[in-house]
Amino acid sequence: MAKLFAVCIVVIAILSAIPILAHTWVAPADISTHGHLIDEQMSETMAEAGIAFLAAQFFLAFFIWKSANRGAGEKVKNFPIGAKGLVLAGFLVVGAEVLALGVFGVKAWAEQYLNPPAADAMPVQVQAGQFAFYFRYPGPDGKFGPLHPDQISEANQNFFGLDQTHDPDSKDDIVTAEMAIPVNKQIHLLMHSKDLGHSFFVRELRVQQDFVPGLDLSLHFTATKIGKYEIVCTQLCGLGHYNMKAYLEVMSQQDFDDWLKKEAAMQ
Amino acid sequence: MATTLPEPPKIDSRRQPERGSGNGGWKNLVPADGDLHVKRDYSPPPSSTGIWVVLFAITMMFAAFTSALVVRKGGANDWQSFRLPPILYFNTLLLLASSITLELARRRVATFMGGLKTTAQTPARWLYITLGLGLLFVGGQYIAWSQLRSEGLYLATNPSSSFFYLLTVTHALHVLGGLGGLLYVISKLHKSVLRRDQLVSTARYWHFMGLLWVYLLVLLWVKV
Amino acid sequence: MHDITAHSMQHHAPTGFIRKHVFSLDHKVIGKQYYGLALIAAICGMILSWLMRIHLGWNNLAIPGLELLSKNGAPGGVMTPEFYLQLMTMHGTIMVFFVLTTAPFAAFGNFFLPIQVGAEDMPFPRFNMMSFWVTFVAFVVLMSSFFVGDGPTLGGWTQYAPLNAVGSIAGPGQGMGVVLWMASIGLFCIGQLLGSLNFITTTLDLRTKGMSFMRLPLSAWAWFITSSMALTAFAVLMPACILVILDHLAGTSFFVPSNLVISDQLQPHSGGSTLLWQHLFWFFGHPEVYIAIIPGLGIVSHVLITNMRKQMLSQRVLIYCMTALAVLSYMVYGHHMFVSGMNPYSSLAFSFPTLIITIPATIVVLIWTFSLYGSKLRINSASLFALGFISMFVSGGVSGFFLAQPSIDIMLHATYFVVGHFHLVMAVAAMFGIFAGTYFWFPKMAGRMMNEKLGQLHFILSFVGAYCIFMPFHYLGMVGNVRRYASFVDDFMAPLIPVHRFITVAALITGAAQVIFVYNLIYSRFWGKPAPENPWEGTSLEWSTTSPPPFDNFGGKHPVVYHDPYQYGVQSSTGDYVMQTSPEQVATTRDEK
Repeated sequence: MAKLFAVCIVVIAILSAIPILAHTWVAPADISTHGHLIDEQMSETMAEAGIAFLAAQFFLAFFIWKSANRGAGEKVKNFPIGAKGLVLAGFLVVGAEVLALGVFGVKAWAEQYLNPPAADAMPVQVQAGQFAFYFRYPGPDGKFGPLHPDQISEANQNFFGLDQTHDPDSKDDIVTAEMAIPVNKQIHLLMHSKDLGHSFFVRELRVQQDFVPGLDLSLHFTATKIGKYEIVCTQLCGLGHYNMKAYLEVMSQQDFDDWLKKEAAMQ
Repeated sequence: MATTLPEPPKIDSRRQPERGSGNGGWKNLVPADGDLHVKRDYSPPPSSTGIWVVLFAITMMFAAFTSALVVRKGGANDWQSFRLPPILYFNTLLLLASSITLELARRRVATFMGGLKTTAQTPARWLYITLGLGLLFVGGQYIAWSQLRSEGLYLATNPSSSFFYLLTVTHALHVLGGLGGLLYVISKLHKSVLRRDQLVSTARYWHFMGLLWVYLLVLLWVKV
Repeated sequence: MHDITAHSMQHHAPTGFIRKHVFSLDHKVIGKQYYGLALIAAICGMILSWLMRIHLGWNNLAIPGLELLSKNGAPGGVMTPEFYLQLMTMHGTIMVFFVLTTAPFAAFGNFFLPIQVGAEDMPFPRFNMMSFWVTFVAFVVLMSSFFVGDGPTLGGWTQYAPLNAVGSIAGPGQGMGVVLWMASIGLFCIGQLLGSLNFITTTLDLRTKGMSFMRLPLSAWAWFITSSMALTAFAVLMPACILVILDHLAGTSFFVPSNLVISDQLQPHSGGSTLLWQHLFWFFGHPEVYIAIIPGLGIVSHVLITNMRKQMLSQRVLIYCMTALAVLSYMVYGHHMFVSGMNPYSSLAFSFPTLIITIPATIVVLIWTFSLYGSKLRINSASLFALGFISMFVSGGVSGFFLAQPSIDIMLHATYFVVGHFHLVMAVAAMFGIFAGTYFWFPKMAGRMMNEKLGQLHFILSFVGAYCIFMPFHYLGMVGNVRRYASFVDDFMAPLIPVHRFITVAALITGAAQVIFVYNLIYSRFWGKPAPENPWEGTSLEWSTTSPPPFDNFGGKHPVVYHDPYQYGVQSSTGDYVMQTSPEQVATTRDEK
């Protein structure tokens, strides 16, 4: 049984590593300016964690194989390095490893969260509600009109609660159900939740951020590749959570301007 | 090479272990190197340790409420302060006085149990006084709540009143628990089966309630 | 006359059925009751996970009989998305609270902690009895939510605000379902606080003569550390539950901010803080994970040492590491909230302790693994599960490297990677700890031996099966498969459904393998071979009394302890070990200082 078990451990460890080495299941290719930092951090961590995983499993299997059911006459003995050595190794190797990971990881985090958005970043507002995202562009005046939660009405298609008769800033606001952004331009995403906690996750953009009701957060990113991507909600928000999504279209500046005009005409 | 050592010294027969007590505890060592001298044959009665555990849990609970209050007030623009009902200060005096009477009672009972004074004077008198003061405190808190209600301040009126009721009611419930403890002590005393650690633990709990109340009053005074 | 001396309150074994088996004050009976509760809860939780897995693999499959559980939730046996979420919430809650907390901590701890320290009972037997019955009521309240109103809450075991506080307008089960959930967990907290009070006091005050702290077995240490954590964590969760109940029933606004519009209706609440719930919850929630796993560390060490026939390289280091894990667990809770809108600098502040926590965890694994070298390992069901625990703990632990880093968490947060991580490191590993404890201590608890062949079969199926279920979760997560989805309708995740089907099949087979265990448990309880006093040739105090122990544990004697807990690999009159209670002096292998 001990040998069967040891073999099981080794086989499972190797089988677990194969899909990772073969890149069978990997995240979709990155299309953002900051994403490569996350991807690099990820592969570094994978290398270190993978080696730790394989080494630990192999040692475990080896020791089980060797020490199981030894004869009655044999004496027990201790590993020559002893506890002190192991503790020291644990501290130095793992300590250095996690410290390095932590310190390098700060760069990727800073890029996304600590650095302020560029001054010329394009503002887009996203509102999450059960179970849809809506987007708002400020229009030619560059200003978002104020929100009036009491005027929100799905039936009247007033998703944000805009009062276009009284607020001049709201008049030219463009509300869409799909997000379009120009390529290679920094987007300053203003996040607002209508009702509950939601999240904004675009895998290709390497962006994920929760919506916090009562607290408007913002996010900034730059997409570098034209295409159509999925925005999904990752914060449990109710029965339609699995189906809460929208599309992000990254377009050339020209296409984007055309699209915005078309949307403005439809308001 | 195995050698068998003689039996360890017998436990002092006058100090019978209590139920559940294995007469071990702190620093009570029988070393393996052959010296079987028992260094110290004493373990604290469990209830005097247990009461600290209980007080720690209560502290954690009120710490959670406090942090909730601080966060809730810090992040909100709907916080409306109100004047605390003045009777609270009177209640504070009652509770602090009850701590003093309980301390008197504790000494009286200790002397009485020590057999130094076997007069007819009942040792439970100060306990009854403490009990009465505690009941008055809870009654006073009730008056404070009714005063706020008559001003239109209910639990859900404003976060400030929510926290006021939450903290004072939770504290009052704990005080009622302390009153239950006092009743238990009194009944044990009448049946002559009171253990000293039971009295000590109840007293610690009661003093802690006083301390906690002073803390809460300052918190409410500053924040509400 | 009033009496100064303390009364000796030796009570005698009860004779009535109710006092003996139902409202018993005996810690051993209470431990068994906890074990039974955990077993029932685990079966419930496992059935729920089966239903969820079947739904994820085959969305429109009608599951016969499911409509009996909920008419609206599963019309014709086909699960609706909201019913999936309700099952998921219940699965998580049942497993985390009523299995992973009760079994390794409350069940084994109650039975063996007093025996291992050499006490007759816990110091407050009435509180101990209340602890179990309050927990039992909590379980009944939780399960009752299936049959009240529109079913249990769908908000997940983390119950994030404001979904947990706005009421039934937010979805089925969000009204009465949440209130029952909060009431149940609040009661559960009270039960565990009462239990912790007993555990801590037992360890501090009731150790028998000669039982210094460093002579406590590692399992006793683990329970002591765990109870200290439980005392802190549950005392914070309970007030949080009270606040949510007030938001529901009294109309307060602790967690619901202003201006929420749900189904076109402006909500009456104002100004609450949603992040407040997350802080309170995770201040409890992360220590809770360690409450589930640290008893496992202790049990596994205890089982392994006995079966290795030698000491660990250092028992002290293991104790220090468990303590370090416990302390650090309070400083890392923010890693659950990296992308939740918390201050990004706090994310970094929480990230470093999280990375540092891998150091004590690694040292524990190193000590275990390298202690195996040169041992005379005895292979039996208990030691196999203990070794399986190490493997699972490593596999689940390394994924912690990823999730500890806020930058990587951007990609992995709320994906199946997280699900794989916590299932391996907390659920499967803790279950393996429970199994190891069961196979090891069953002879002492029931007085009968378990069937060894069935135990080993159960082990190998569970070991391979658990990897087949939970390894693919990591791959799904790395692709970006979001968790808590009732089905995968979008273009991106639909191609991953075959992987989900593989997991479902693996889960069904692994789950079925647990039937072997339940059969073994029940059969051995009544018809197993009678167990000797010390079947594994152990040294700690539980092996120096009869199987099962008498009412007062040691038959009226107070054991005296002469040795460190694990004197194996020595030459004594009994063989290669000397028991803690044996005054025999041997050339000891003292713990390395």
